[in-house]
Amino acid sequence: MADPQFVRVAERHRAPVAIVIDGRPFQAVAGDTLLTALLLAGARVRVAEFGPGDRAGFCLMGACQDCWVNLADGTRTRACTTPVADGLSVLTA
Amino acid sequence: MTGTMATDVCIIGGGIAGCSAALHLAKRGISVVLLEKGRIGAQASGVNFGGVRRQGRHLAEIPLALRGRPMWDRMVDLVGEDCEFRATGHLRLARDPADMAALETYARDAGALGLDLELIGGNELRRRFPWLSEVPVGASWCPGDGQANPRVVGPAFGRAARAAGADLREGEEAATFERDGKGFRIATTSGLAITSRALVNTAGAWAGRVAGHFDEPVPIHSIAPQMVVTEPSPHVIGPVLGIVGGALYLRQIERGNVIFGGGDGLADIATTRSTVLPRNTVEVGALACRLIPHLARLNVIRVWTGIEGEMADVIPVIGPSRTTPGLFHAFGFSGHGFQLGPIVGVILAELIADGTTPSPIAPFDIGRFVG
Amino acid sequence: MSEARIVIVGAGPAGVRAAEALVNHGLAPIVIDEAPAAGGQIYRRPPAGFARPARVLYGFEAAKAQRLHAAFEALRPRLDYRPDTLAWNVSEGSLWTQRSGTIERIPFDRLILCTGAMDRVIPLPGWTLPGAFTLGGAQVALKAQGCAVGRRTVFFGTGPLLYLVAHQIAAAGATVAAVLDTSRARDSWHALAGLVAVPTTALKGAWYQLDLVLRRTPWHRGIRPLAVMGRDRVEGVRFRDANGTEREIACDAVAFGYGLKPETQLAELAGAAFAYDGAGLWLPRVDPAGRLAPNVYAAGDGCGILGADAAELAGRRAGLAVAADLGRTVPPREIAGIERRRSAIRAFRAGLEVAFPTPTELAATLPDATILCRCEGATVGALRTVANHKDAGEINQAKALCRVGMGRCQGRVCGFAACQVLAAARGVSVEAVGRLRAQAPVKPLPLAARLP
Repeated sequence: MADPQFVRVAERHRAPVAIVIDGRPFQAVAGDTLLTALLLAGARVRVAEFGPGDRAGFCLMGACQDCWVNLADGTRTRACTTPVADGLSVLTA
Repeated sequence: MTGTMATDVCIIGGGIAGCSAALHLAKRGISVVLLEKGRIGAQASGVNFGGVRRQGRHLAEIPLALRGRPMWDRMVDLVGEDCEFRATGHLRLARDPADMAALETYARDAGALGLDLELIGGNELRRRFPWLSEVPVGASWCPGDGQANPRVVGPAFGRAARAAGADLREGEEAATFERDGKGFRIATTSGLAITSRALVNTAGAWAGRVAGHFDEPVPIHSIAPQMVVTEPSPHVIGPVLGIVGGALYLRQIERGNVIFGGGDGLADIATTRSTVLPRNTVEVGALACRLIPHLARLNVIRVWTGIEGEMADVIPVIGPSRTTPGLFHAFGFSGHGFQLGPIVGVILAELIADGTTPSPIAPFDIGRFVG
Repeated sequence: MSEARIVIVGAGPAGVRAAEALVNHGLAPIVIDEAPAAGGQIYRRPPAGFARPARVLYGFEAAKAQRLHAAFEALRPRLDYRPDTLAWNVSEGSLWTQRSGTIERIPFDRLILCTGAMDRVIPLPGWTLPGAFTLGGAQVALKAQGCAVGRRTVFFGTGPLLYLVAHQIAAAGATVAAVLDTSRARDSWHALAGLVAVPTTALKGAWYQLDLVLRRTPWHRGIRPLAVMGRDRVEGVRFRDANGTEREIACDAVAFGYGLKPETQLAELAGAAFAYDGAGLWLPRVDPAGRLAPNVYAAGDGCGILGADAAELAGRRAGLAVAADLGRTVPPREIAGIERRRSAIRAFRAGLEVAFPTPTELAATLPDATILCRCEGATVGALRTVANHKDAGEINQAKALCRVGMGRCQGRVCGFAACQVLAAARGVSVEAVGRLRAQAPVKPLPLAARLP
């Protein structure tokens, strides 16, 4: 997996939350958004339908709509406004 | 704009039928001025669902739809682009045995007119279209029907008509029109004056006013069919879908967006404003999800509607005026004019240039509303 | 129940103060907010369990943030507060909302829209690469998530947020690779007359710039950004400096923006008229009290960018207008006081526009291959083609033909630049190409959502 995009610089002491990214376990912490977790794990949130290439969100405030992702259960969610929860399983491609 | 211009034909209304008429008249060397109060292809022609469908039509329309169908294959030659036409087939679903019986009757009648439809039972339906739910009990399949992008068709006909020499004027609303000797005199709200030998009324939802002016009142009212488009998703729904009763029509474009419609919003021809009713959007969305369960995971990204004229008997008026020589009507397509638009322009050009058309247009005579 | 039903959309500075004004007059509004907690973007509250004090989160604005949060908490018992709720349409005298798959129609007697703003973006080659974010986005990552958007971040664009966010990131211990401002130092001097109208705010801005110097952060003014570089993700920024020299700076993230633009979609659906502001934006027309359309009011940055302090005042003013329109007695003195303070802020904001002029010409000169609409993957060249060869002279017409602005965000992000590109291609004013029409739903609405 690519080097993480985000760097956690504060608020490190929070309860761990176990999620699954593309089938691999990842440990986020309580209060992370799904987008934060994805960008602490790697550098991709989704693959853009019409290109070019991978996307990693843009506005982070629910306006640009460029971080909608598929969850493993088939539902879709906007990563920047979705808090992580134990067992959340997301597909980035 | 001010000034006076003389032309062979003045067309009121720049939808697909009007622009196709302008194109086919201009190709015959007949001079044309087309007046569009807004923009070319902006109302019913541009905001409709985009179904290019023969099956399910009123039987009187079948000969026109059959004759018009090859035009869609030739869009590149005709207007310079394919308008995203794809012959994906059209599937008309039955939800109960009564619906299925209706489809069987229709298939027999349409077959007699030359439109071959295949009836499909429930099991076979789900084998061929596995994304359908258990709700439909059967369907009628028309393989040669399809879909196109309505946003680009009207403007493409408009550009082609201009290239052929027609004079299309956008933002020009016909304010007065009167019979004058052997021809017509038209004035627009901006002061443009036109004299013409023939007048064509392709003014859509606004056509009733033109007809009424020439003492041909018609039972037309405005409708605003509501449309929905989802975010893109993998392309799995090949054909266009319809349903007996017309509560839903749905297609998925190659880019992946699912477009569907159903229900009517509010239409106001005085302000040219139409409004989507949110409740309809939610309800037709629920019906779509009942028929195609995987849609339930998608998001709606936009809804829209536009203004269309619907006749009391739900079929259009096409043909010469009964009161006024030189006046020709083509309006009131009642929510299903997209496929017919191009051929109706051909028919109007024939009526004006040849005085006759090979197409059987008697059922669409404006005289049917007299008395 | 005879009490009027008043609905407020947005719980930022404007929405909270509107609610407060109404509660003070004995009215109990419904407050709809997309966020999980009140505060808006500027005073956004971090999730539960975060430890940093307000002083760290909000800097100079800590006291204001705390006051606003406290005011809201005090109001809570009198409000019907609905967080995590999307307001997606205004139709038939009702606000339409969605929360967790349930749609609700809320008929209103009065509606106050406090929808705020987002970053004003001008695309450039490479801006869709992973690692490219808005300035506001970088700030959200830091404030609400405790994260820097990269190890080495270049901040570019213009406006007060450029310096504020760069300062905050540096203070948090992450590397600011450079700050690149399209405005020139002399723009700031020209702006002084306006900026002194609110001297404390002007001084804060100067402090952020001084802080950059003290940290020896590379800082260029008068630049023109050329491209975000990188194959699969951000690897650098290329720009032309004030002397015309092309330079590159290596980084693994960029955050950029050119001031803010109002979120006007609900106002439009509610029937607002719009006026061109002369600088690329169409603003909903409101009277001084915020009246927008029959029974609809608007306040805050959603009506035009004046900042959080002005938003608090405008929110209060709109709340008082609703109270007055419902027959409550509002002392004229109170209104006059609000108006006095608002006019000082207006003078200051006019100064900011001079200090940080939006480089609108950037969009018009973008290479054809640049992605313009990131939702649809539509290029600048595609828009120019329909402008030049398909006679599309109006932005909605152009959108219909080339899909720019047709995606999930409905042109929120690219609309500003798209109008600039179209106007330049047609050789007409930006005003003449019109504005992208808003259509419901203002944000994506789950097809599975149902009315109860």
